[in-house]
Amino acid sequence: MMNGLEKSAISLDQVSKVFGKAGGAGAFTAVDTLDLQVAQGQMLALLGKTGCGKSTIFNMIAGLTEPTKGRVTVDGHDPFRDFDAFRGKMAIVFQGDRLLPWRTAIENVQLGLEILGKSSEERRSIAERWLETLGLRGHENDYPHALSGGMRQRVSIARAFATNANILLCDEPFSALDEMTARKLRAEFVKLVKENGKTAVFITHSINEALEIGDRIVVLKRPANIAIDVLLTPEAKADKQDVIRGQIQGVLAA
Amino acid sequence: MTAAQYQESGASRLGTAALRGVASYVVPFTVIAAIWQIASLFFPPFLFPSLVDVFWRFIGIVTDWSQFVDVLATVLRILAGLAGAFLIGALLAVLMARSRMAHDFLSPALTLFQGIPALSWVVFAIIWFHGIESRIFFIMVMTTLPAFSFQVLGALQAMSRDLTEMVMSFRPSRTKLFTAMIIPAILPDILTAWKVNLGNASRVVVVAELVGATGGVGYQLLQQQQVFDMAGALAWTLQLVFFVLVVQAILTLIESVAFRYRAISERTL
Repeated sequence: MMNGLEKSAISLDQVSKVFGKAGGAGAFTAVDTLDLQVAQGQMLALLGKTGCGKSTIFNMIAGLTEPTKGRVTVDGHDPFRDFDAFRGKMAIVFQGDRLLPWRTAIENVQLGLEILGKSSEERRSIAERWLETLGLRGHENDYPHALSGGMRQRVSIARAFATNANILLCDEPFSALDEMTARKLRAEFVKLVKENGKTAVFITHSINEALEIGDRIVVLKRPANIAIDVLLTPEAKADKQDVIRGQIQGVLAA
Repeated sequence: MTAAQYQESGASRLGTAALRGVASYVVPFTVIAAIWQIASLFFPPFLFPSLVDVFWRFIGIVTDWSQFVDVLATVLRILAGLAGAFLIGALLAVLMARSRMAHDFLSPALTLFQGIPALSWVVFAIIWFHGIESRIFFIMVMTTLPAFSFQVLGALQAMSRDLTEMVMSFRPSRTKLFTAMIIPAILPDILTAWKVNLGNASRVVVVAELVGATGGVGYQLLQQQQVFDMAGALAWTLQLVFFVLVVQAILTLIESVAFRYRAISERTL
């Protein structure tokens, strides 16, 4: 099921991931024959309890983990086998900010651009623009230790957006922040994704966050397979939010 | 208290702390020097020479090119040996980090090498090699190689998985991964390894020169021993100590520039 738009940017067909020797003692099935398609321009919120395999799905889409069975494709390519083909086409915002401590804020934002081989003037100009967009003007030359948690996460968002990748993967990027900061950053993040026409997969364990961010919510059950798949039109967000919330709560409580 | 008084008292506290820091270095040396100088009044010069004599002998070595060239020879041997050991050690460490088989083979071999005394390597070198420089280079490399390998391996293994994964998510080339992630992440451990091995190397080079060389600080020490010239022995030893202190200071300076990104609390630990 694709829900919504027609062309799929991300596709998981009958994907399973088993850690340890499949069928052997101690083998752990994290993802079980999962079918999931994400349309271009869609903002998918992937929701599930801790340990339900969200991060495994995330790593397979990112090309950091190979599926045991099935096929993952992003823009028609296998992100694990064609790893280098995704240079500049996919960006990740991680749970922690994961800033390189030996680089200043602006140097951290420039990392992806350096890898893409952009000139130093272009890198600096793009990085300055994104830092300014995220409210970090004046902090360009600060090292990560001198920034607050919220500011560091803003730098990591700037780093992801700076490469102008079409696909954004976000692994609970605001979960370590206080609610006020997280809410503000979420709003900025959604605005930036929409304005820049990105396809995004946003992993979260918060129902409110999923409802706030997603065009579509997929709720996973253990081992990661789809329990609920719902398209969130603006009307559905306005009229049926409580019903959807109740359904999700029911699945997560089971 | 006014702002000016507060600033003044802060500056005074800083000044006192700096003085205390300098004193903590100077006092032990002064006490040892004083005891030595007193001993020189009661014992013959071949046992406890006056520190004034040692000082002038020290200056004599530095200002006389024919003697100072021996100091330079030793310094170059130390640096060449350390550079060789570091390059080979880093290569072995990368191999061990990348391949389980290489790790299982090299790790016990390096541990074995670590257990061989420096003097044994001197004997092996004399038997295996003809040239003096190749002998000393071999001894220096073999005695410092295991430490460099294990220290670089430890640094590679301690690299943050999260940060590596983040850099990998941008799909860097191998060169870029190396320059943007690996080198900055392991640099603190590399500098520590150099500091530790510098001390070891300066001790080993003297043994190597003592037995298998016709020049250098070790060779000169042997000459002083043969004529029971304690002032000369001390003056030549101090040349080496002075070199180690200078290089340690340079490494510390590099650290303070390269690691300026660290929070102050980390640096003051």
